[in-house]
Amino acid sequence: MSILVLADLHEGQLAGATAHVVAAAQAIGGDIDVLVAGEGVQAAADAAAKLDGVSKVRVADNAAYAHQLAEPMGALLVELAGDYTHVLASASTTGKNVLPRLAALKDVSQLSDVIGVESADTFLRPIYAGNAIATVKSDDALKVITIRTTGFDAVGTSGSATTEAVDFVADNAQSSFVKQELAQSDRPELGGAKVVISGGRGMGNGENFKLLDGIADKLGAAIGASRAAVDAGFVPNDMQVGQTGKIVAPELYIAVGISGAIQHLAGMKDSKVIVAINKDEEAPIFQVADYGLVGDLFEILPELESKL
Amino acid sequence: MKVLVAVKRVIDYNVKIRVKADHSDVDLTNVKMAMNPFCEIAVEEAVRLKEKGVATEVVAVTVGPKAAQEQLRTALALGADRAIHIETDERVESLAVAKLLAKVVDEEQPGLVILGKQAIDTDNNQTGQMLAALTNLPQGTFASEVAVDGDKVNVTREIDGGLQTVALTLPAIVTTDLRLNEPRYAKLPDIMKAKKKPLDVKTPADYGVEVASKVTLLKVESPAERKGGIKVASVDELIDKLKNEAKVL
Ligand SMILES: Cc1cc2nc3c(=O)[nH]c(=O)nc-3n(C[C@H](O)[C@H](O)[C@H](O)COP(=O)(O)OP(=O)(O)OC[C@H]3O[C@@H](n4cnc5c(N)ncnc54)[C@H](O)[C@@H]3O)c2cc1C
Ligand SMILES: Cc1cc2nc3c(=O)[nH]c(=O)nc-3n(C[C@H](O)[C@H](O)[C@H](O)COP(=O)(O)OP(=O)(O)OC[C@H]3O[C@@H](n4cnc5c(N)ncnc54)[C@H](O)[C@@H]3O)c2cc1C
Repeated sequence: MSILVLADLHEGQLAGATAHVVAAAQAIGGDIDVLVAGEGVQAAADAAAKLDGVSKVRVADNAAYAHQLAEPMGALLVELAGDYTHVLASASTTGKNVLPRLAALKDVSQLSDVIGVESADTFLRPIYAGNAIATVKSDDALKVITIRTTGFDAVGTSGSATTEAVDFVADNAQSSFVKQELAQSDRPELGGAKVVISGGRGMGNGENFKLLDGIADKLGAAIGASRAAVDAGFVPNDMQVGQTGKIVAPELYIAVGISGAIQHLAGMKDSKVIVAINKDEEAPIFQVADYGLVGDLFEILPELESKL
Repeated sequence: MKVLVAVKRVIDYNVKIRVKADHSDVDLTNVKMAMNPFCEIAVEEAVRLKEKGVATEVVAVTVGPKAAQEQLRTALALGADRAIHIETDERVESLAVAKLLAKVVDEEQPGLVILGKQAIDTDNNQTGQMLAALTNLPQGTFASEVAVDGDKVNVTREIDGGLQTVALTLPAIVTTDLRLNEPRYAKLPDIMKAKKKPLDVKTPADYGVEVASKVTLLKVESPAERKGGIKVASVDELIDKLKNEAKVL
């Protein structure tokens, strides 16, 4: 078996997700290469070379791959895939954008959001917002898979893989980058944070989200939100936790003013410990919470911040 | 410009599904079905493009069993002009759907194809990207804004870190995210009118597409149920439990 892992980048640096995808590759077994593609990505390639279990890092450092646009990235993967039995990426917006193109061009299916590996061809994936887990077997010659990072513990960083430049440059006259507005935050990324505190519609407005800041500071937490809070414009889209937003599984998840719709639960119910703060004692979120506190968040949050 | 929208029949998003006792699949008997919410957003966007005079015709297409015509009628009631039903009772997965849609794109030559970013049943998030690859067209996935400008379209995408805008040449493939628009409800007179709008029925064989897949579903299980915990009476008790019982602080 030989596996290619597409590295995730965050502002040019190697994103934490990649170490989880390499862990999934180890569970499959075989030689593991990592592809780092982008512009000015040497530092990311060096970081990838340190991931345990990686034999080789292939580096496509070219303006053609800047911002990892789908069209050139798909062409690059098609170019390289011939050397491998499996191509893996995280189920990030980049992995989801690019990998199905490879699958289609190779005329194979893609398995999305894999959370478990039974063997080199049999995998577990959640369907119906995580309310069922399907075991699927792929008989395709090339297996194209996105990995849900919460399913696999990250590998360590004591490796020393070789790096090798990829010369292939994809043509692309179809798409171009216009602009990007990335949320600036000193907090940990939602996907990798040990503690996540999320606010819902109950927060009332965007200004009130500041009530979560002090607590997040004290706990080193990332801040998330329900779809209702994002739709209402309280906070930006990249904070949405749920079936159709980000999937998180921290040690501690604190849901504040969130009712607990199945789509929200799909994004956080694998957290180790769940705390719910809600004024409605019948709210469904309490059915999954280890610790529920019934009450008004506007009283509870300041008290919690001061006592932590 | 013609706009093609792909709509999928799925379980209603409010339904909590159950796994069959023999673990062969989920149990969909008598479950309420509806148009995939992301597809509703796709139809809405297409109709708005027509209302703005950017689109001249909106064509809705679905792949699925006979009953999927209900969702096509919904699309027609929401403002699509005509519909194509590719009828099959097989389990058709993303690649086959994309192959069928590619044939429709070939035949219809739309300027824009709009799909949902993911179907809420299989949560695959693949079909639009696969269609783009097969038709060799550019893609703007997870769109929160679509602005057609001459022979280009600017698509603002919801990505993990925030928002990204890409410019694509037309024709192009767009997949919708939640914030693209708020779909309207169909009005009764429009539902009546929709019954008379043209709906073509085809089969995968008409397009020469083989729908069989190399992926087999071995079993379906319920996830480990989370047991509800306890209610604490105060912030002090909460902090105490988190420190001394759960040991996460
Ligand atoms: C296709 C689709 C995809 C979706 N994807 C997602 C997704 O990815 N993520 C997601 O979160 N949702 C998603 N949803 C939306 C989901 O169905 C719910 O509508 C949403 O999660 C509700 O958000 P909420 O809990 O913040 O709001 P509400 O359900 O309105 O709940 C607000 C809660 O706040 C409590 N509250 C109010 N005031 C106070 C107070 N002062 N103190 C304490 N508690 C208070 C209330 O008791 C209530 O329980 C999706 C829906 C669809 C159709
Ligand atoms: C392991 C496995 C289990 C499955 N179980 C079931 C099952 O229990 N019940 C069942 O009905 N099917 C099942 N399927 C088939 C599944 O529904 C297909 O994968 C599906 O038709 C393809 O859509 P998607 O969910 O992959 O689409 P996604 O890529 O998530 O959908 C994105 C968008 O593509 C478009 N689209 C997708 N499908 C269609 C379509 N059929 N017609 C028109 N537009 C479409 C829509 O615009 C949609 O919003 C299963 C498949 C597999 C591999």
